[in-house]
Amino acid sequence: MKLSNIFSKRNRVLLRELVVTDFKLRYQGSVLGYAWSLLKPLFLFAIMYVVFGVLVRLGTIEHYAVYLLLGIVLWTFFSEATNQGMNSILARGDIIRKINFPKYIIVISTTISALVNLTLNLVIVAVLMAFNGVDLHISALLLPLYIIELYVFALGLSLFLSALNIKYRDTGHIWEIIMQAAFYATPIIYPLAVVIEKSQIAAQVLMLNPVAQVIQDARHALITEETITPGQLFSNPLFVLIPFVIVITTFIVGAVYFKKNSRFFAENI
Amino acid sequence: MSNEEIAISVNNVVKSFRIPLEGSSGLKQKLINRIKGRHGYRDFKPLNDISFQINKGDFFGIVGRNGSGKSTLLKTIAGIYSPNSGSIKVNGTLVPFIELGVGFNPELTGRENVYLNGALLGFSRSEITAMYDDIVSFAELDDFMDERLKNYSSGMQVRLAFSIAIRAESDILVLDEVLAVGDADFQRKCYEYFMSLKNNKRTVVLVTHDMSAVRQYCNRAILIENGEILKAGHVEEVAQEYQKLFLHNDESSQNADDDSWGDGGVEIKNVKVKPNNDTIRISATFKATKDIEPPVYGFTLFNKSGTDVLEGNTIKERTKTAPVSKNDSVTIEWEFPNILADGTYTLSVACCDESVTNYYQWLNNAAEFKITKDERTSGIVDPKIEVTIK
Repeated sequence: MKLSNIFSKRNRVLLRELVVTDFKLRYQGSVLGYAWSLLKPLFLFAIMYVVFGVLVRLGTIEHYAVYLLLGIVLWTFFSEATNQGMNSILARGDIIRKINFPKYIIVISTTISALVNLTLNLVIVAVLMAFNGVDLHISALLLPLYIIELYVFALGLSLFLSALNIKYRDTGHIWEIIMQAAFYATPIIYPLAVVIEKSQIAAQVLMLNPVAQVIQDARHALITEETITPGQLFSNPLFVLIPFVIVITTFIVGAVYFKKNSRFFAENI
Repeated sequence: MSNEEIAISVNNVVKSFRIPLEGSSGLKQKLINRIKGRHGYRDFKPLNDISFQINKGDFFGIVGRNGSGKSTLLKTIAGIYSPNSGSIKVNGTLVPFIELGVGFNPELTGRENVYLNGALLGFSRSEITAMYDDIVSFAELDDFMDERLKNYSSGMQVRLAFSIAIRAESDILVLDEVLAVGDADFQRKCYEYFMSLKNNKRTVVLVTHDMSAVRQYCNRAILIENGEILKAGHVEEVAQEYQKLFLHNDESSQNADDDSWGDGGVEIKNVKVKPNNDTIRISATFKATKDIEPPVYGFTLFNKSGTDVLEGNTIKERTKTAPVSKNDSVTIEWEFPNILADGTYTLSVACCDESVTNYYQWLNNAAEFKITKDERTSGIVDPKIEVTIK
């Protein structure tokens, strides 16, 4: 998996075609089409807002609606990228069995499709921010960096899971369960302060998760400085680095495992 | 031979697959097998120590029965499978056509599929845009390109796929049974394309069990059986060896030698050739040693260099044949214009069943004859050519 190859002309062309195809096919035959990319997280947001913003108030935080939406949008991206990335190699079995090309392009293309969706969803977040009168700070410029971090994490996991999924078809079911647990273990619908009230250590453990760290940091940068970031939670700055170490390790392990197994995808699918 | 002239070199390639026994690829089965001390799979070795070389400009045939390993070999050459041991060196770019229209998606329009399939074959968007009109008009689909592929007939899909495929500009083309699909008109286009590849000295690897295609296009071939090379080299020898594989293994096949082989259901006698300046007349007597269904009678004419010049048979000439009872004889006579060039010719005569899979007898060197013409010519045929000066 040489870097020069990843960006060779032929591979770029293929990557582009696969992303475009993916997007065209996603809502093929549905009346609302692309609008579903926006409607799905919006409905999830509406449900969550009614339940946790109106009926059960979990802590008080300013701009809770935007705060919640940004969390949901980032989580939706992570969930979509890993789920579709995990199934991507299996789903493209027909091509892999017929022609030889770098398989990682498939995984990259599905995760990029999820990234395109995230961009669309962030437009909604921006609209809601304007609606709620959220002040934009210079720190908002950090958002792309957090998104890159989350993307690298999702890509690393997708590479690993897609290769594992070829060997054991149980992978999909296991990942579904992990993701459900992770949704509640990540401060998306509840502010982290609620956890800190009960146990400081529990909150610290939750914040080692790169997805939680990205969501909290992004909220802090974009919406409200009330958001508790890992930087505030850990006294030792080394702990702040742990999520980043996890992201990089996951990516390397995922890429190596994928490379080792990709030679045999064609015969094992 | 210098390295520059070798297009593909296959060295001691072994490929084996693990076939899961329980047909499950789950964790549970893995655990159960571990506990019971079973492997849970069996090894299947479709390629066992295969070595050969393909030179630049070769039209190389790989033939073999179903399940002989020829498609696995092709996929290994194409880099889709990686060998367990041994190596494959490819000089230059290679595009495989294991199937036409790879990546075609029924939900996309014809136009979108052209770009997607083109990208998989290594074309950039601008390259496809440049040749888009040619692709569409060659496929004769001008009015359909904005319709979804699922609304195409299978013939239209094949035409579109083929039309893109022939644009591939790679150094080496790898083709698998592409000829097997499409109607007569499409097959004619295929033949023309193959002929142009042959004439342009492109390196082509063709996997097929159509012996007439092998004879027509290939200059070298190998025969694969049970994952090993049974015969390599001259096309005619490989093609005949392939047809011998379909003999029933009864005692009569043991007398099969290089000059005559078959299951012995028919004996070929009295092969005569009477050439004169205008026509050539060939006759042969076929004696049945058992009751046979309406058979096919045929002959092939070879020149001194071993090239098959022409063939005649009762299928091609649409002649109905009758069943033959045991010990009955049938005499067949063929006559055709003497267009042969000056030289010595040999004749093979054969009789097989209607499906052309089981040969009752194939007789090589059944007769030899000389054609003497006033002028020597460089071609393999020398028909009378009218010249008009206006």
